Amino acid sequence: MNVRIHSTLLAVLVTSAAVCGACGESTQPANAPAAATAPATNPVDPATAATITGSVKLEGTPPAAATINLSSDDYCVKNATTKTTRVYVVDAGGLQNVFVYVKDGLGNLKFPVPTTPVVLDQQGCWYAPRVFGIQVGQPFNIVNSDDTLHNIHALPMSNREFNRGQKLKGEKYQTVFTVPEVMVPFKCDVHRWMNAWVGVVAHPFYAVSGAGGNFELKGLPPGTYTIEAWHEKLGTQTQTVTLGAKETKPVAFNFKI
Amino acid sequence: MRHQFAALVAASTAVLIFAGGLVTSTESGLSVPDWPTTYGYSMFTFPLSKMVGGIRYEHSHRLIASTVGFLIIILAVWLWRAEPRQWVRRLGYLALAAVITQGVLGGLTVIYLLPDPISIAHASLAQIVFSLTMTIAVVTSPGWMRAYSGPTRVPNDRLLQRIAIVTAATVYIQIIIGATMRHTGAGLAIPDFPLAFGHLIPPNWDEKIAIHFAHRIGALIATGCVLATTGHVFYHHRDRAELVRPSLLLLALVATQVTLGALTVLTRKDVLINSLHVVTGGCVLATTVVLALRAHRARFARIANAGSQEQDPAYDGSLRSAGAIGAAGDHA
Repeated sequence: MNVRIHSTLLAVLVTSAAVCGACGESTQPANAPAAATAPATNPVDPATAATITGSVKLEGTPPAAATINLSSDDYCVKNATTKTTRVYVVDAGGLQNVFVYVKDGLGNLKFPVPTTPVVLDQQGCWYAPRVFGIQVGQPFNIVNSDDTLHNIHALPMSNREFNRGQKLKGEKYQTVFTVPEVMVPFKCDVHRWMNAWVGVVAHPFYAVSGAGGNFELKGLPPGTYTIEAWHEKLGTQTQTVTLGAKETKPVAFNFKI
Repeated sequence: MRHQFAALVAASTAVLIFAGGLVTSTESGLSVPDWPTTYGYSMFTFPLSKMVGGIRYEHSHRLIASTVGFLIIILAVWLWRAEPRQWVRRLGYLALAAVITQGVLGGLTVIYLLPDPISIAHASLAQIVFSLTMTIAVVTSPGWMRAYSGPTRVPNDRLLQRIAIVTAATVYIQIIIGATMRHTGAGLAIPDFPLAFGHLIPPNWDEKIAIHFAHRIGALIATGCVLATTGHVFYHHRDRAELVRPSLLLLALVATQVTLGALTVLTRKDVLINSLHVVTGGCVLATTVVLALRAHRARFARIANAGSQEQDPAYDGSLRSAGAIGAAGDHA
């Protein structure tokens, strides 16, 4: 009898805990901030800071963008910012949406954590931006600018996975990432074509290739660095760069299809 | 009337399994992040206008599941109030417990973001619920009842009983392997069919390839068991329509299932084909269970005789006079 009562209580507790796990669409961070040990000031001497200017090129012809079937949501049919896939965004031979960051070479340097939130918007049934970066501990806001339902489902390997529903236009959810991880994918399970990726790093030296595939990493202390470039389909490439004081060096990545 | 209702419940359970197959095939399992609510709404007040994208599949699955759960509650209460055979009443309670557990597993898999063990348990228990409702439909059927009171003794073929049970167990193990393959994302781990990377045996192995290949080997073994059982029926019991009919159905279902499995790979997991593969697997299992039950009908008759002569209205004593009284009995 006791065993039966205990089993029942256990089942009720487990179920209650599970149900409460889903309670509340709060705007509280899902993860504890990890920026408590971050210094207040940048350790890099601005008088010696160096810069990497680079570009990402695409060699070969990317497949034509495929038309996406948006018919599962009338709102998206009417308001989608584009109706084709966005895997390869090429501009004058330059490949956009490549995340470039310092993978190695900063040693034990600690950097201040920005308090300005990085924003991931759900707009026109797409994520904006598609590829972006953030520092560990930096506030991360996810907003829904669409007048339809989205769920934001993060699928990290090292950080905590989360899945939040946003049913109202203007709804916001704030969280932080607690450990570096390149890349953390996001997807919307409501709209299967919606994907985004964030590179979570412990420093401010990251960029996403933009117009012409160009990028810039500013304010680096002199030293030798491993720079990695990541693309959602084409994978990663790395290069080693040695920077002297106040030096500006070009780095070129060349992805092939 | 109970039989017709039980058959309705079994059919609705098959529909539920198909709906569940659609959820996983469209990867919509987390399109509704909360449970038991739906985007903060009560499940039953969620506006139809908001059923967009993957929510259509997931929320429909929840509504169908609630309906099936409600039907099983009615069935269990009905059996409790009106069914004279205690073991059949217990089947009703078991079905009710299974469907409640199934609902909780469905909720947990959403809340904990589709952990493989819970998702696999959810998929596997669904087939148990289906088989249980099918079993209730069979044992409340007029044909089953007649076996207690018919003029002739029902043959008691122990070999058929054994291979029918082995077949049902093999099919169920194959379903669990299939659920594991499905929920670990191994459905296309071997991208070609009927060969595996151009070979009979995969030249390279990893966890997903192993799971996928196990499902293919399982299909061969399950098909072999089905052929053995149906072949035995056709050879030894061709005059028993209650065995021949499900055997023919089983052969047709297995042929369909193998074809759907091949097409699932060749079409790169087409949503409809993939979902039909799930529900057809359930139908194969349910048919093997029906066959196993009917193969054991003589033993059930003895159970009825030994255990519930006073309480089983289906038992009118003629079976006793036919000399089919057995020693076995669960005194249910």
